Amino acid sequence: MKLRDTPLLLIVALVVLLAIGLILPQWALSFVSVALYLGIVVLGMALMMRTGLVSFGQGLYYCLGAYAAGTLDHFFKLSDLLLMVVAGALVAGVVAVILGFLLSKYRDIFFAMLSLAFSMILYGLLVKSSELGSTDGFGLSVKTFAGIAISASAVRYTIYAFSAVLATLFAIGMHRYFNSHLGRLAGAIRDNELRVEYMGASVRRVIHLNYVISAVLAGVGGALMAGAIGHVDPETTANWTTSGEFVFIAILAGTGSVAAPFLGAGIFEAVRTFALQYFPNTWQMTLGITMLLVIMFLPGGLWSVFGLRRRST
Amino acid sequence: MGQLPAVIVDGVLYASWMFVIAVGLTLIYGVMKILNVAHGSLYALGAYTASTAAGYWLSHGHAPMGSYVVLLLAALVVGLIAGPLIERGLLRFMYGRDEIVLVLVTYALFLILEDFTKLLFGVDPILVAEPYGLLGNLQMGRLIYPVYSFVLVAAAILVGVALALVLNRTRQGKILRAVIHDREMSTAVGINVSRVYLVTFTIGAMLAALGGALTAPTTSVQPGIGAEVIVLAFAIVVVGGLGSLGGAAVGALLVGLVRSAAVHYQPEVELFSVYVVMALVLIIRPKGLFAAPEVRKI
Amino acid sequence: MAVVLEARNLNKSFGAVTAASNINASIEQDSVVGLIGSNGAGKTTFINMVTGYLTPTSGQVLYEGRDITGLQPRAVTRLGISRSFQIPQLFNTLSVHDNLLVGVGIASRSVKTAAGTGSNEHTQVEQLIERFNLAGYRTQTAGLLPEGVRKLLDIAMAVAARPRLLLLDEPTSGVSADEKFRLMDMVMSALKTEGVTVLFVEHDMDIVSRYTHRILAFYEGRIIADGDPLTVLADAEVRRYVIGEQLHKEASSAAH
Repeated sequence: MKLRDTPLLLIVALVVLLAIGLILPQWALSFVSVALYLGIVVLGMALMMRTGLVSFGQGLYYCLGAYAAGTLDHFFKLSDLLLMVVAGALVAGVVAVILGFLLSKYRDIFFAMLSLAFSMILYGLLVKSSELGSTDGFGLSVKTFAGIAISASAVRYTIYAFSAVLATLFAIGMHRYFNSHLGRLAGAIRDNELRVEYMGASVRRVIHLNYVISAVLAGVGGALMAGAIGHVDPETTANWTTSGEFVFIAILAGTGSVAAPFLGAGIFEAVRTFALQYFPNTWQMTLGITMLLVIMFLPGGLWSVFGLRRRST
Repeated sequence: MGQLPAVIVDGVLYASWMFVIAVGLTLIYGVMKILNVAHGSLYALGAYTASTAAGYWLSHGHAPMGSYVVLLLAALVVGLIAGPLIERGLLRFMYGRDEIVLVLVTYALFLILEDFTKLLFGVDPILVAEPYGLLGNLQMGRLIYPVYSFVLVAAAILVGVALALVLNRTRQGKILRAVIHDREMSTAVGINVSRVYLVTFTIGAMLAALGGALTAPTTSVQPGIGAEVIVLAFAIVVVGGLGSLGGAAVGALLVGLVRSAAVHYQPEVELFSVYVVMALVLIIRPKGLFAAPEVRKI
Repeated sequence: MAVVLEARNLNKSFGAVTAASNINASIEQDSVVGLIGSNGAGKTTFINMVTGYLTPTSGQVLYEGRDITGLQPRAVTRLGISRSFQIPQLFNTLSVHDNLLVGVGIASRSVKTAAGTGSNEHTQVEQLIERFNLAGYRTQTAGLLPEGVRKLLDIAMAVAARPRLLLLDEPTSGVSADEKFRLMDMVMSALKTEGVTVLFVEHDMDIVSRYTHRILAFYEGRIIADGDPLTVLADAEVRRYVIGEQLHKEASSAAH
């Protein structure tokens, strides 16, 4: 795939999505929305994985984004989707800037564990916080977008459309980032940090930057999720099992293409919905087996099936 | 201040059974460089098997004291079956891959085993509390504890001492330490690393199952206990230093006491207090309290 | 001649192990200096201290008159010092071209270069590929290259940073005997146009005597000889601890 083709293809995909969204049934709109906002989170994880780091605590920022969005409506009666997403991005970003100073010092298992720890700290805080609904969480609703009122029947499409636009923007942005000097630097850091330092660049600063970017993406994803589902709670956002799902999708998608996270999320959501409906007691097993198969036979993720795997994965 | 004795005793009790689990986890990491997420499932399997077996034993009118033997046997059986099955059947195809990939493999395994346990034992909680109360209670000042709890502490100490002795005094232990230190070198001097891995993982699995079997009488065994335990075990092992048995003991004590203090003084922070400690320790000692020294790379 | 690098009473110990003991050396601009000594004698430790990978236990490193002791490697590189490694440190999943692209990209953004900035990054990469004869390997993954090419790439990366002082750690080790001279010829001619001071660690005495103006001989963390190649290679202690008696042809023929 040539460098300049990808953004074009993504925009075409966006237009197609927006168009067919007008005629899709509600369940389909919801399904695609899930794939989109989960995909945004996983896109951020792909960036971190390219930099050589796997976070087992991305749920922290997903949760912050979701709760930020929810808080706006639930406590301040601000039910604007655009505002919610911006809030989600901001809160996640600020926390990531702070935590990034610490986390950028760790690698491998320790990075994974420390990121896990912070997400569990948030989880613990929320579970014990009665004002925020503890394990039940609380509900929210979206009523306007950028100040413009949305009719109740159009809310789902609005969230869907906004998710699609954001997903496309982020995917194009990430694509250009991957092909820029900083993007190449990420892969170099993953390969050999020592050399990067010896060439004169600060590894920590790049990691910190990428960490913040991935956190912002997770925050946006969380905010979109909150709007789409209409409900936030600690279990489905901050618990380590949710972070585990993001890791799973990230592995499934691989780091080769910016579209892969969305496809991976779609497949994951399809499998999960199907499995939950027909095999509620073995859907985790299905997930686990799928993950093993992907790890064993598709080390580059799904994208390697299409033979479009880039060399740098 | 009046609560201090209770805090300490509770902390030590909690630390004991967490130690049994954590020490297996850290052993597996130390030798095989695998952070075994499925350790939690092995714990759960141990708990379920032990409870079911003990319940069966007791309901058929056998000697109540025999239930302890049943618990132990259950743990052994789970470890001896699951350990080799997992190591030979799955893990050995993954050696040589990145550490993180191996964590993901054990995570996938964890997911599979969680449901497998549900299939095997159902989703209803199981509580076989007789062994817990069988030995009566012990009164210390104003505190009353079941004697069983101290059996747990004794078991933990026994496990720790046994492992320390084996590692430091026996030939097998030396071989294990050699592999921990340098796998390639070990192969070069003729050590059957393959077999060491099998043995290590099986011991680790037995310890996890033992942790489950010993705590089964004290709690309602149900789906999800594996998930709860594994994150705590991670915290302990990372705090103590991956691969360090002494670290697992210190980590367990630290986590146990912190959690106990939280429960007694500030219950709202119970859940995350452990992770705060983990974060704090990692900040001060990035590789844990008793981590191995780093080797020069260039 | 201006002094580019000065080591003053450098010491480095790791607990009971002394890796460097009272190292004093003054390197002049544009010279080519060889560092010889058996394994563990302290040559790489010296390079590690100069480039900031290790902090000396005591002593100073001065670069162009400025104290750089204890600075981080990236700060040292930014000042104009670059190094290659005993074991090539490359970006193994990237192609040769991309390795250099990353290197040039970093250098042009952070290093106060000797020749000045301005030229396009891709042009610089092409120049390096040409100068180091890597055109045939341009798209190959670095991790799969033959050892000699990996070494070349490693050195090319160091040169990409446009250093004024270049430290090469065993540039020809792992390279087959007949390739060694070709590699050194290539490296030296590539550097000739740059105006670079070069220090390199080497075990092959033929190479050392051919390319250097001066040799520092290390033994057990100390410098036991410092001077022009002929003198140093004939030095009794050097022959005893570094080269070995039999390798020195003149000595054995003189003994007859």
